[in-house]
Amino acid sequence: MIPLFRRWLAAVVLSLLPFGAQIAYAQLSIEIVGGASSAIPIAIVSFNAEATWPLGISGIVAADLSRSGMFRLVDTAGVVPRPSRAEEVQAAVWRARSADAVVVGSMLPLPDGRADVRFALVDVVKQTALVQMSFTVAPAQFRITAHKIADIIYEKLTGDRGVFSTRIAYVTKQGPRYQLIVADADGYGPQSIVSSNEPLLSPRWSPDGTRLAYVSFEHKKPVVYVQSLETGARKAVAEFRGSNSSPAWSPDGRKLAVTLTKDGGSQVYLMNPDGTGLARVMTSQAIDTEAMFTPDGQSLVFTSDRGGTPQIYRASLLGGQVERLTFDGSYNVSPKPLPDGKGIVFVRRDAGRFQVATLDYATRQVQVLTPGPNDESPSVAPNGKLVIYASENGGRGILAAVSIDGRVKQRLVAPATDVREPAWGPFPRS
Amino acid sequence: MRNFLLVAIVAAALVGCSSTPTTEAPVEDHGAAGATAPGGATTGGAGGGGVTGSSIGGGGADELRNPNSILSKRSVYFDFDSFVVKDEYKPLVEAHARYLQSHANARMTIQGNTDERGSREYNIALGQKRADAVKRMMTLLGAQDRQIETTSFGEERPKNPGHDETAWAENRRDDIVYAGE
Repeated sequence: MIPLFRRWLAAVVLSLLPFGAQIAYAQLSIEIVGGASSAIPIAIVSFNAEATWPLGISGIVAADLSRSGMFRLVDTAGVVPRPSRAEEVQAAVWRARSADAVVVGSMLPLPDGRADVRFALVDVVKQTALVQMSFTVAPAQFRITAHKIADIIYEKLTGDRGVFSTRIAYVTKQGPRYQLIVADADGYGPQSIVSSNEPLLSPRWSPDGTRLAYVSFEHKKPVVYVQSLETGARKAVAEFRGSNSSPAWSPDGRKLAVTLTKDGGSQVYLMNPDGTGLARVMTSQAIDTEAMFTPDGQSLVFTSDRGGTPQIYRASLLGGQVERLTFDGSYNVSPKPLPDGKGIVFVRRDAGRFQVATLDYATRQVQVLTPGPNDESPSVAPNGKLVIYASENGGRGILAAVSIDGRVKQRLVAPATDVREPAWGPFPRS
Repeated sequence: MRNFLLVAIVAAALVGCSSTPTTEAPVEDHGAAGATAPGGATTGGAGGGGVTGSSIGGGGADELRNPNSILSKRSVYFDFDSFVVKDEYKPLVEAHARYLQSHANARMTIQGNTDERGSREYNIALGQKRADAVKRMMTLLGAQDRQIETTSFGEERPKNPGHDETAWAENRRDDIVYAGE
């Protein structure tokens, strides 16, 4: 049933997309291909005075929540009078529509051109207002305010922090042209931060979200760059003899791990993000690459073929002890630590299929999240609840996202463009 | 079981702003002139075509370009998951090693490549291992370490853009590029 729906959804999306495709950078559109069976039924009532503005807030909140797969939108049509404050919500009306929660609000114009945005989240089962908040915002901030409201609702009802205000980075390839794009997590507002006729790879967000490290082949070999998102200034921080690849930030943003071959073989080094202070982490006779810091900053997880096949290892930066983490199968790569410090997301090959999976350190349990056959480059959302990864559809690279329990799946599609190498940005600085 | 489906189309024309303004960085063309690159790096603004340039012939360049010379052959192919230089490519590797030995000022880059399967980052390391294998053989045959830089394109520069075993076999290779080409 799901595959049939997927095909139908793809047809709908493709038939609609060309009209939005005329902008400089192809915008991703998002389709949900499966939801949590425990989705929370929620009614998002359009806000009072919303129609007086060019962009409403309730629609963006509804889109965010439904896209997460954790919520099911309840129809609000025909409820008269339409409530806009918590005390106007009649629990019986919404219980009859099977809603557990109702969101109401208003966005009244102020004399200075800004809006007084108020919203309330009402639990109609317990008949209590869970949240009531107000913001004074300019129209240019409506979208970010809507994402903030969605984050608040998500956290209140699921217990986990929302990621609707975060950003993502990814690489597109159109003909010979590669672009590194930064966009909102819902695909809105894509901006190219670097473009080249040679490949771009491995974008990685600094923990404060102000810089990206990435690999560019513009010098006919892999070189690691760090670029400021605010000024666009960029610097080649690792351009040694041989190949320079696979950058990763330490959790405090003060170190980069990189893979260099300057001393023979692919080996992991640490350096300052400005390119100074280079130090080798460990020495092996094998490939060591794809190093990522664990959330406590005290260890690296990385891929190595020291055991004959590529497997994932963990090395303490304090003691030098190296521990093998993966044992099943002959190809386990691309480890990405989960923010709770309890495991990793990684890519495994099974009977020729490349799939995204999780590994729990304590139980050694592997859970496969995606079907393959060509799923790679996973990146974990900062709340640890979603994984974005590169996949394929009709011979073209697309991005997809899956919930950490494997139940909710989304596809992010851009027209006539190969999309790959996604990287989920950090929580915004508040 | 409740299956929950929704299609969200984000209209590109919506009025709004992005949280942080970003600036696109221009990429300058530092590419070595030559015909080996399918598309040279270009400046970052308008999307122009790839830049190509003429090669500058140095001493012995004719020998390298003569199609009847084994030195004009520049690719070494590998089996799946292998870094072993196959016997059929040994004469090619030996000829280039002898050339380096007799032209002390000659410099080359060996660019390793993989097929498209698996992790892009890990494939950079795999391609590097293939490039290192050919370099090791050349230095054993008398070439100097400083004459050869090994780099990797991973899976990023396929010779054959297909997605089958024939294409993959053409893409698991080292390319030899002399400085100035």
